[in-house]
Amino acid sequence: MNASAAALRIAIVGNPNSGKTALFNQLTGTRQKVANYAGVTIERKEGHYTAPSGRSVRVLDLPGAYSLTAASPDEEITRDVCYGRYPGEAAPDLIVCVADATNLRLHLRFVLELKRLGRPMVLALNMMDAAQRRGIRIDTAMLQERLGMPVVETIAVRRGGTTALVERLDREVPPLAPGADENADLHVEVRALLADAVTAPRRTAVMDDAIDRIVLHPVLGLAVLAVVMFLIFQAVFSWAAPVQDSIEAGIAALGAGVGNLLPEGALRSLLVDGVFAGLGAVLVFLPQILILFLFILALEESGYLPRAAFLLDRMMLSAGLTGRSFIPLLSSFACAIPGIMATRTIQDPRDRMTTILVAPLMTCSARLPVYTLLIAAFIPARTVGGLFNLQGIVLFTLYVAGIVSALGVAWIIKRLHRDKSEHALLMELPSYRMPHPRDIAIGLYERGMIFLKRVGGIILSLTVLLWFLSSFPAPPAGATEPAIDYSLAGQLGHALQYVFAPLGFNWQICIALIPGLAAREVAVSSLATVYALSGSGDGLQAIVSAQWSLATALSLLVWYVYAPMCLSTLATIRRETNSWRQVWITAGYLFGLAYLASLLTYQIARALA
Amino acid sequence: MRTILIRACFPVRLSELAKGISAVIQEVEDANTNDPISRRLRELGFVRGEPVRIVAQGPIGGDPLLVQIGFTRFALRRAEAARVQVIPEEFM
Repeated sequence: MNASAAALRIAIVGNPNSGKTALFNQLTGTRQKVANYAGVTIERKEGHYTAPSGRSVRVLDLPGAYSLTAASPDEEITRDVCYGRYPGEAAPDLIVCVADATNLRLHLRFVLELKRLGRPMVLALNMMDAAQRRGIRIDTAMLQERLGMPVVETIAVRRGGTTALVERLDREVPPLAPGADENADLHVEVRALLADAVTAPRRTAVMDDAIDRIVLHPVLGLAVLAVVMFLIFQAVFSWAAPVQDSIEAGIAALGAGVGNLLPEGALRSLLVDGVFAGLGAVLVFLPQILILFLFILALEESGYLPRAAFLLDRMMLSAGLTGRSFIPLLSSFACAIPGIMATRTIQDPRDRMTTILVAPLMTCSARLPVYTLLIAAFIPARTVGGLFNLQGIVLFTLYVAGIVSALGVAWIIKRLHRDKSEHALLMELPSYRMPHPRDIAIGLYERGMIFLKRVGGIILSLTVLLWFLSSFPAPPAGATEPAIDYSLAGQLGHALQYVFAPLGFNWQICIALIPGLAAREVAVSSLATVYALSGSGDGLQAIVSAQWSLATALSLLVWYVYAPMCLSTLATIRRETNSWRQVWITAGYLFGLAYLASLLTYQIARALA
Repeated sequence: MRTILIRACFPVRLSELAKGISAVIQEVEDANTNDPISRRLRELGFVRGEPVRIVAQGPIGGDPLLVQIGFTRFALRRAEAARVQVIPEEFM
């Protein structure tokens, strides 16, 4: 307390879509620290700046809220901090309430509610540029007098757009006299304020109406959405690939370079196959995450994201999800990790959990090498119906199986949920805005760091653990089989054979499943290792098609539709939900589904053959 | 003609209001005791006397509804909009 006694602690409070975060970014620039509130996954953003007087100002950006009667975990935090009763969080010296100048009918009610707290408070009338463009005139002096608090105009997205606010905050702000009548109707007060201090030629922006006519049109709107989604999917899938390849190659080269400096042995193997392989496994996800979030942040800032949710809500609702689940699930086709991170845009915690739970069922790009190997080995490249390639049909079927299962699982979760209270949509569709590069850059940096710091550590340590399992104990002198056979992973694989025999898996597959935990695509190279090959796909394909039955291959394909074979995904779920329970539930149900589906596939295929 | 006029004297549910027709809110009903959704609707400005209009409908089954209220647009599912009683303007 003593060290920060001189610093002014302010909290930025406001409705969602009031430009709160842009204001926070303008005030603090890059001097920000993003963490989570203790025990929950809601972001706590704090930054600081130095006022003209030389005084240090610490700024807390509270989650957006419509009311102090909280309806979501975010709003509960805002409420508790404002009341000064959040554990470990001192009440702010000053509340800066941000209101969108073009949306005062809604935002002023919250201003009046906050005013009742009786704390020193300043109102920032944000987006004054948009208000001017729309011909909205606000008598700031009148508003200031009627509200009894300083009112400052701001344009958070413009350089110097918060200078007046910074100067006002540097002077003393007196506490407010709490409202005399606690039961007065705030809406009546808002209407009176608007009548006296605000004139607006019309209530909506002409531009918004025009864009919404197309974007929310039942046919055109869906077409626009399809194009946008296709672009995102393409970008995440194809733009990222060359970068990912060079990251993998670069890390491998670096690992080899370091390895060459060391003598052959366990230490070298640990560095090259454990640490550097793990580092590669972490960094390789970064391009996809950054590209995906570039789009998501731009769509969110522009105001399109809630429109997409609007269009798809009905469809997703019938499966027990929400419109907002769509983008995280679509992203999961590239990789479940950015997909699960993207569920932060879903406000209802129950909907968010369901989305996280089914995201791993979307066929991610890492499953493709496994699918490709097995399909090429077992499914003849025949043309069906004069038009379709049989191999293509099988691949497509595997994708569809994932989607259908996800919808089914979501539907079952909805039925199982004890909390039957209605999930509200009640979603504001904000005015369209040009995304601001600085806000997107800061957002991207945050996502990247969250991934590297919070997920990267888990992935790296798990990779090293798997290296240990696959390398120890070392093969005895004069060993004839591949080294992995003698290791703990090898022994485990042989033991697992008893569990997986009903699925038609031989011991080679069982061993390959273990290193495949690090990343699904590793299973292919592990199979090659087990069969003592150099790892080239062609040789493996020949062996597999000669030694495995079709039933085994189909069973393994089906296994990969469901299997919780990706520790990185589980690590992300742990981080994003802050709950091991959620991890066990996800892994457990995926394993159960995988086992059941593979068992059925193998037994049916064998019976038919 | 007469039947329509008599019917129009009573409020209709926002979920039944035709697209583009202006209306004024009569009240928001609680679907159950202490209904959090109704309370939130009132906080968002769905209060007596406030003008509303449906500006768009979702592509499947006309759900959700996009409601213009004040300066703001909210997407409401039909079950949420059914809590709001409105009086269409042409009958006022």
